Amino acid sequence: MIDAMDVFRAFEPHRGKAIVTSSGTSGRRWQEVSKAPSRDVSFGSTMGQTTSAAFGLALGLPDEKVVLFDSEGALLMNLGVLASIAGKKPKNFVHFLLDNEVYATTGGQPVPNSTGIDYAGVAKAVGYASAHHFDDLEEFATSVESIMKEEGPVFISIKILPEIQNMPVGLRTRTPTRSRPETIADLREELGITG
Amino acid sequence: MVEQQAAILRPETLVDEFKKNGVTHVITIPDSETNYLYELMLEQDWLDVVPISREGEASATALGLSVAGKVPVVLIQNTGMLESGDSIRGMALDAGFPLVMVVGYRGWTRRGLILDSAAKYTEPFLNAFGINYFFVENNSDGDRISTAFDEARKTRRPVVVLIGDEYHGFNR
Repeated sequence: MIDAMDVFRAFEPHRGKAIVTSSGTSGRRWQEVSKAPSRDVSFGSTMGQTTSAAFGLALGLPDEKVVLFDSEGALLMNLGVLASIAGKKPKNFVHFLLDNEVYATTGGQPVPNSTGIDYAGVAKAVGYASAHHFDDLEEFATSVESIMKEEGPVFISIKILPEIQNMPVGLRTRTPTRSRPETIADLREELGITG
Repeated sequence: MVEQQAAILRPETLVDEFKKNGVTHVITIPDSETNYLYELMLEQDWLDVVPISREGEASATALGLSVAGKVPVVLIQNTGMLESGDSIRGMALDAGFPLVMVVGYRGWTRRGLILDSAAKYTEPFLNAFGINYFFVENNSDGDRISTAFDEARKTRRPVVVLIGDEYHGFNR
């Protein structure tokens, strides 16, 4: 398993001008690595629906690369979205899955069949253009540049270390630091989208 | 009989209202009552139909499209709307963007008792979520769809158009 921060550090030099969004406990830490916060957008975390929002964004901005750092707990709540994405084949969509095998935000309880799901296999079988799996940082770091050049939708599952939260929700550090409306407004300004 | 046929809500009316209001994408799960509408939408070069796997995806997909500057519409059945409760809460109401949801009112009947629980809970659901809705039963109600768009743009909230013609449907 890989530290999520190492995944982000390996990805960041190859981001280009991609728009990045994330879900899950580890995904929130992307903002600590990002060098282009005006191209980072938060959609909130509603029962796996960040994936659908990222899909909609990719459909609406076909000339922009859209990167999602998803989490397996969220994806399992909305697994049918893989077929929705595969059906529309957004060439600009790069779908990372950070798989820590647990619901980290609720104390680390395992997700269903936590160690037995081949998410990349599911994505490929459902119709993604390509799918990859990594549980070794060096292998990921040497592959990410070429992956970012692939035609989407691309799926990359990565086994990561869980960052388990046990503090009561009200006592946790608030992340992301910008609210959803703020990130959306900043992105739209960056892209010159009005209305 | 001729008057009845003239009154039936025509799929062209919905598509015309979508075009008039600048709709770019229709996020939908087809149902057995709307296959002609689906085919008609696919024929429109200005309109992108986005099939989804479950209705809970609809509000979030619409949010992403809206952030991108597009004008999405959600087209689902009331059963799917009931399933989508938390998505509508988190991705439409809380996100605060204009969204028209066209919802087939399965089980609605003008006369007699409503026996289908999908219909029984539809309007209480919308009232509980504080979502305004407009009822469209026949072709002469079509302009209410534009009224729904106006309200959605003004309030930056979801507004529902309930299609009370669900059991007639848009089959050929």
